[in-house]
Amino acid sequence: MRRRLWALLRRDLALLLLGGRRGGTMLPLLFFMAVAMLFPFAIGPDARLLARTGGGVIWVAALLAAILPLDRLIEPDLELGMFDQWALRGMSEEWIVAVRVIAHWLSFGPPLMLAALPAAALLGLDGPTLRTVELGLLAGTPGLAAVGVIVAALTAGLRGGAALAGLLVSPLAVPLLVFGAGSLAPGGESGIALTAAVSLVLLALAPFAAGAAVRAARG
Amino acid sequence: MQECRLAAVNLACRRGDRVLFRGLSLALGGGEACQIAGPNGIGKSSLLRILAGLLEPFAGNVARSGEAGLVDERPALDPHLPLAGALAFWERFDGRAAEAAARLGLDELGDVPVRYLSTGQKKRAALARLVAQAAPVWLLDEPLNGLDTDAVKLVEALVAEHCAGGGLAVIASHQAMALPGGARRIALRDFIA
Repeated sequence: MRRRLWALLRRDLALLLLGGRRGGTMLPLLFFMAVAMLFPFAIGPDARLLARTGGGVIWVAALLAAILPLDRLIEPDLELGMFDQWALRGMSEEWIVAVRVIAHWLSFGPPLMLAALPAAALLGLDGPTLRTVELGLLAGTPGLAAVGVIVAALTAGLRGGAALAGLLVSPLAVPLLVFGAGSLAPGGESGIALTAAVSLVLLALAPFAAGAAVRAARG
Repeated sequence: MQECRLAAVNLACRRGDRVLFRGLSLALGGGEACQIAGPNGIGKSSLLRILAGLLEPFAGNVARSGEAGLVDERPALDPHLPLAGALAFWERFDGRAAEAAARLGLDELGDVPVRYLSTGQKKRAALARLVAQAAPVWLLDEPLNGLDTDAVKLVEALVAEHCAGGGLAVIASHQAMALPGGARRIALRDFIA
């Protein structure tokens, strides 16, 4: 079993990590930076306003960036027949999608946290705010990855699935956004713990929800 | 090779609102092979997917002992990877080397990306994956599609060896194919609902 999980993780990472082959792996990151760059243009050069709203902008940008890779998460493997082959070998869909959540998070969570540094500079965030943003992203991006894999599995094989996926992720990610961005308010540090709690619930749900969705999509 | 058995009782298959076939029973033990014949669209692929446990039958049930290996129109190999790399994933996953690759004439294709392979080459690659899986139950969906005459002979030899080694094989094909002695032939046309 461990050998099989390693083989899966290795393949998933090769496909999804930066420079991976399933196309456009840099896109979420560039998109994130683009949003962070556009915002000061739209708001104007008021440094105090930027600093006050910047943390929230980073959160929204992170959420939007996490939507971009969704159509590459589950659908290609359904079409290739990989899930059929795994099922024949007695590998449950729950394990496969659990590995995929890990790979998906590794492919956008840490890079996003790195990209948040230049973004924070663009938006003029101070040190303590940046620290809160980074901790919040660390707590929240695993939950975003879980939501992403669930939604990718639910929309796999549907016509217009990619657009639907974006639409479905937004409401599911609201709790993460509320607590994550909420932690930036004065005295709101406990929001990080709540973000982490939401993430844990989503991570616990993801293998079962996404696994069932993959089985249903196979029919 | 581990004991294997495949028994289906009174199967019916429905796709959409159409019942494709009903009342189909078959039982195979180790060393036996069976060809499912019939024109396109009659439900051969659906039958194999039911036997593999990937599709719920509309009625009836399937009992199988022994892991099943399936080859269908999708090779389940990453299209952007060179063939050797795509097969290497299954070698790592199954923990067995794809030794049949050389026999199937794939050695020279090792660094060609899977998406550039021809239909027949992809089919051969899928067969190499199947042999390496070492599953006792083989379910082959149109295994001869796109293959040249030499490769057809090779597939027939692989099936014969597999059965001689105690495995069983169900082959869905509209083409005539030489199968090991005593192989049965089921015409799916006889079970049209």
